[in-house]
Amino acid sequence: MNMGLYIVQQGINAVSLGSLYALVAIGLSMVFGILRMTNFAHGDMMMVGAFGTLLINAAGAPFWLAALCGVAVGAAAGVIVERLAYRPVRGAPDVTLLLTSLAVTYILENLGILIFSSSPRNFPIPDIMNSAIQLAGGQITFTAINVVTIALTVAALALLGWFVTRTDVGLGMRAAAEDLGAAQMVGLDVDRLIVVAFAIASAFAGLAGVLWAAQSGIVEPDMGFTPLLKAFVAAIVGGFGSISGALVGGYVLGALEILIVAFLPSSVSPYRDAIVFGLLIVFLLFKPNGLMNRPQEVKL
Amino acid sequence: MATADHIDTDEVLGVRGLTVTYGAVTALRDLSIEVRRGEVVALLGANGAGKSTMLRTISGVVRPRAGEVRLEGDRIDGLRPSQIVARGVAHSPEGRRLFGSLTVAENLRLGAAQRRDRENVEADRERLYDLFPILRERSQQQSGTLSGGEQQMVALSRALMARPRLLLLDEPSLGIAPLIVQQIFASLAELKETGVTMLLVEQNINVALGLADRAYVLRTGEISLEGPAADLKRNYEEVAAAYLGVRR
Ligand SMILES: Nc1ncnc2c1ncn2[C@@H]1O[C@H](COP(=O)(O)OP(=O)(O)OP(=O)(O)O)[C@@H](O)[C@H]1O
Ligand SMILES: [Mg+2]
Repeated sequence: MNMGLYIVQQGINAVSLGSLYALVAIGLSMVFGILRMTNFAHGDMMMVGAFGTLLINAAGAPFWLAALCGVAVGAAAGVIVERLAYRPVRGAPDVTLLLTSLAVTYILENLGILIFSSSPRNFPIPDIMNSAIQLAGGQITFTAINVVTIALTVAALALLGWFVTRTDVGLGMRAAAEDLGAAQMVGLDVDRLIVVAFAIASAFAGLAGVLWAAQSGIVEPDMGFTPLLKAFVAAIVGGFGSISGALVGGYVLGALEILIVAFLPSSVSPYRDAIVFGLLIVFLLFKPNGLMNRPQEVKL
Repeated sequence: MATADHIDTDEVLGVRGLTVTYGAVTALRDLSIEVRRGEVVALLGANGAGKSTMLRTISGVVRPRAGEVRLEGDRIDGLRPSQIVARGVAHSPEGRRLFGSLTVAENLRLGAAQRRDRENVEADRERLYDLFPILRERSQQQSGTLSGGEQQMVALSRALMARPRLLLLDEPSLGIAPLIVQQIFASLAELKETGVTMLLVEQNINVALGLADRAYVLRTGEISLEGPAADLKRNYEEVAAAYLGVRR
């Protein structure tokens, strides 16, 4: 196979994978930016979004409508978790926040197992999404779901970019991320801004969950675990708390993984994650605040 | 003659019997002050006397253990900070606390977050740019890149964008060159002329008493001296003694 075409092919794979990491990482970074808390339950909104889609689809709604509702259910779940679990402990020591978010993760995943059992379920997507698209006489092949993933991610990012830079609420969110106490003193309704942040972050995770399930073809209660860890890495690489950093970090991570799988001997592929995490450690030795960062302490 | 339950319409801020604690530390003890319409009142005192705590309690960031805070007669203690700003109390905090990665213009826009009269916001911003022309030049610059004095002007302007009935200023002279301090206090004097009511926390006794009508001296959470600024200025030793708690 022609090397140039091979690179294009792997590039498409990398952007598609990176899009998913970016979608999850942005929400993680957004919440951390404002609350200085790592929301480990963030990955579970992927599960909520995907299961939501599955159920609504099974109830008779067409797939696209079900997916839209699934994303909305993910957003709502994030807002509910904030209200019930995080708001009461806001301002508590870091360890308390950490334990709370881990507890929420376990509760959500066990709830998932209780309702859907722990065995994976098929995620039915319209046939058109599985159809293969071939370029260069069949030398480049990808499925429609790759295209949909990339297109929806770009659309979501554009919308977020507009919201954060062009609206008053977005401006308030940037202010809150910089200094929550000062935001309160100038009269911003901080509770409301936090709800908005959770809604957007969880909607993004829900969207990532639907796309992830569509790519893998299955839904399971702990499906958010691995992507969350990857997104966490992406967010830290980018500079935890920075939205643009999480975006860049997500794509860097996607590219790195594909690079290892595609260009190193296949015997290396199983150690992909170990290599990626190893590189992360080396990277952080040189740039402890990440790529886009303003200097700040990263708290778990 | 004022009767006991006469409502004093000239009182903008009335703090009565205020006690504030941080865990085991009592920062303010049964403290009462008032600020009348158009007045500039200085709150002086050494480090740790409780000055910032007083301002933070008025703006609702800190909850009092006992006592009440009234704005034009209405209780505001217990309201959320955003509600208190909406009632007309703006707080320019200690250390400025600008949003450093946001532009000067954005910082000012945030100061107007609780305003309902959106249509006047722009005109107010222009008026503040007239007061501090350097900010007009710097309006699209990240506020964190400004000099300390310029940042203090932004902090002050951001608070004024709320069109406050009561302006709380926490150490506007902190860490700023004497010449710029004079410039900032000259601007505050201009604002005072336009009728802005202020409660001014300062460690710089001279400039504070130069601007203020009255002053309270705070020592470890209690008032150790109060009176017209002119009197206190003449009696510098007495103020110094009140600071340190030396009995005369
Ligand atoms: N968040 C806090 N937690 C615990 N104690 C605090 C806190 N903030 C202030 N204190 C304590 O309360 C007392 C009053 O502090 P405050 O900041 O009000 O003093 P201040 O007069 O503004 O001092 P300065 O001139 O140094 O700014 C001090 O003893 C201080 O240590
Ligand atoms: Mg202070």
